[in-house]
Amino acid sequence: MEKIITIDNLIFEYSKSEGSENIRALDCVNLEIDEGSFTAIIGKNGSGKSTLAKNLNGLLIPTEGTVFVDGYDTADDDSIWEIRQRAGMVFQNPDNQLVSSIVEDDVAFGPENLGIEPEEIRRRVDKALEDVNMGQYKHKAPHLLSGGQKQRIAIAGVVAMKPKIIIFDEPTAMLDPKGRKEIMKIIMELHKEGITVILITHFMEEVIDADRVIIMHEGKVLLDGTPYEVFSQADVIRKANLDVPIMVELGDRLRKEGLDIPQGIIKEEEMVKALCQLKSQN
Amino acid sequence: MIRDITLGQYYASDSPIHRLDPRVKIIATLLFIIELFIVDNFIGFGICAAVLAAVIIVSRVPLSFIMRGLKPILFILFFTFALNIFMVKGEVIWEWKFLHITREGIQIAVFMAIRLVLLIIGSSMLTLTTKPLSLTDGIERLLSPLARFKFPSHEIAMMMTIALRFIPTLLEETDKIMKAQQARGADFESGGLMKRAKALIPVLVPLFVSAFRIAQDLAMAMEARCYHGGENRTRMHEMKLKTRDFVTFALEAIFLALIIIEARMF
Amino acid sequence: MSIKVTKLNHIYDKGMPTEQKALTDVSFEIADGELVGIIGHTGSGKSTLLQHLNGLLKASSGSIEIGGTDITRPGVSMVEIRKKVGLVFQYPEYQLFEVSVAKDVAYGPGNLGLSQEEIDQRVREAIALVGLDYEKVKDRSPFELSGGQKRAVAIAGVVAMKPEVLILDEPTAGLDPRAHKDILRMIREVHEKTGNITILVSHNMGDVAEMADKVMVIDGGKLVIMGTPEEVFSRGELLKSVGLDLPPITEFCNELGIKDTVLDMDTAVGKIVDLFKE
Repeated sequence: MEKIITIDNLIFEYSKSEGSENIRALDCVNLEIDEGSFTAIIGKNGSGKSTLAKNLNGLLIPTEGTVFVDGYDTADDDSIWEIRQRAGMVFQNPDNQLVSSIVEDDVAFGPENLGIEPEEIRRRVDKALEDVNMGQYKHKAPHLLSGGQKQRIAIAGVVAMKPKIIIFDEPTAMLDPKGRKEIMKIIMELHKEGITVILITHFMEEVIDADRVIIMHEGKVLLDGTPYEVFSQADVIRKANLDVPIMVELGDRLRKEGLDIPQGIIKEEEMVKALCQLKSQN
Repeated sequence: MIRDITLGQYYASDSPIHRLDPRVKIIATLLFIIELFIVDNFIGFGICAAVLAAVIIVSRVPLSFIMRGLKPILFILFFTFALNIFMVKGEVIWEWKFLHITREGIQIAVFMAIRLVLLIIGSSMLTLTTKPLSLTDGIERLLSPLARFKFPSHEIAMMMTIALRFIPTLLEETDKIMKAQQARGADFESGGLMKRAKALIPVLVPLFVSAFRIAQDLAMAMEARCYHGGENRTRMHEMKLKTRDFVTFALEAIFLALIIIEARMF
Repeated sequence: MSIKVTKLNHIYDKGMPTEQKALTDVSFEIADGELVGIIGHTGSGKSTLLQHLNGLLKASSGSIEIGGTDITRPGVSMVEIRKKVGLVFQYPEYQLFEVSVAKDVAYGPGNLGLSQEEIDQRVREAIALVGLDYEKVKDRSPFELSGGQKRAVAIAGVVAMKPEVLILDEPTAGLDPRAHKDILRMIREVHEKTGNITILVSHNMGDVAEMADKVMVIDGGKLVIMGTPEEVFSRGELLKSVGLDLPPITEFCNELGIKDTVLDMDTAVGKIVDLFKE
């Protein structure tokens, strides 16, 4: 498969205040992301996951190493707008990323910056709002919408730029359960349409449908693989002060009680199936 | 509730006035203000009032809504009226101790009052029939020729757009912080001026912190969406003058000519 | 100390075209020392209810008795109410404003008109109670701390007022799993050590199921049901009808056909093992 993002020996350092020692937020990260894949990145606060995300569209530039996005080097000033058009980003706080006091004007903001023809912008805005089920709100003011709805507008604003990749930086952290479900549904749909999705989160139930899970810890990649591979190493994850999905926890506990539950169960339906099988064998 | 406030005083409707190009409305309003100062007799004011009345009727904005906007300026109106009526020298028609009223005084006071009322209603028609955001767009485009002289018309418009977007957010934030500090025993309502000013520190500091956080987040979000100033930027809403806009201009020109001729004749 | 709310009504913008009924005939009692969870989706009226208990909003009708005093009666002093009832809002770290942690925590007690000695004592206690090291953090700027620590300091600011009723509105919103657990453990500790009434609003059904003695479900400004977690979470259909989920582990055990309402992992493991013993 085509590699759409290639990260080679990425080091990112910043200084907290003038003259103080540099803090290394990312330490020799090497990753390749397949085009059209769904990658989830987990880690506790301060693990470097958000810094990594901002390195993927040139909001931050590597201190050392390189990041290539669809063939463009993020350190190259001339290609920065090419990169940001290709790799869109949705942020955590739904309020602080909307620019305009009218929904459709906000969605148009990105395409307008790209210098696209007005009729084409119109088409893209209407399509993007339909994609996130917010068509009927296009003339509304964002401050009258719920958190989940605002986040959908933010996604529409990125979709209207026709990116190949969308990086979601904890998009559901500030939402209620209903809002979270809405956003996850839309992310899954975008992925199905062929967009490369990178989801940064700390909610375990959001990563079990990903193609690949990366666990960040202290600026390094701690684990990297399919959800099954990663979550079969529950002890490593717990040591990094992270939770494991509830079914992984349950599986561990049941194994300790002597039940013969296979490793690598992460979804409810898989656990139900395993238990039923076990029961019929008894 | 605080989130329900409407900004400016836009009155939502779909009247022909609402649909006019904002640039046309801005220019027409400016011309109307100039006309009010050219006029110096009752017939002239009559014409102005009639035109304004026609605009109001076509705009379908209820009169009560417009009158509400007049309330805050009643005091100024009264004050200028009193000032003019007592201060202008001329043919004295009434006198009491040091106060005297002159014929010229009455005339000027009445003219000034009519002028002010028409001015306020006229300019509020602009904000009542134009969304704040269209207004900003209109201003940006009217000022854009000045960009050649390094005038930051796009930046000013962008700042106004962001301000419009975040005023409700910051108001809500203020409300939240005030309540939170009240829950910690803050008292904003009693005590002298100094005490009250001091009581606001626990609100103002978090509010500034919030505003900076919003600014930082928003700047990053805008950059991520390829914002790089007004250069090579297109707009979804094209502003093209339509027939109705030209007709309005023509009417406005006739109106202006009428006012100038009228002022010369009488 | 107990709370008794009777026929509480609240109407926003009464008499205006935007008039909105936010609470309708809400009645309940909370006994001394209970930890009560309140659940309901966004806009259900939870926040409105909380603000009444603290006197920030005035009831349109009904009464709120806290420790025998009806705080809806005119003439009840706000300082008295705030001494009794502490309210921690969502994202409370956004209300920090002082130059040091100790000063910020001292703001609430200072407003109660206590002696300097008493204030210092309470600040010390409150900071320790929320799991921070007083000596290490007292002089630091609250803005330099990590997200979880900031929140702990903000909660300490209310805890230091020694309220007999401590209300927390979604105290774990936006935190990572580690900080989430720390804050919950801290709330439980404060509750056990002070013996106060704790009212916890949360979107996380699992947390409520594990922590609360009683659960209240609010929907459309009405109290739908109040009872023990077992009682409330055995009503899956009812909860679904008001847009709420069961705790994931409860849902899972229901799916397995376990008849009892299972609320935590330990019980779930036991029940599943039992299935195989039969």
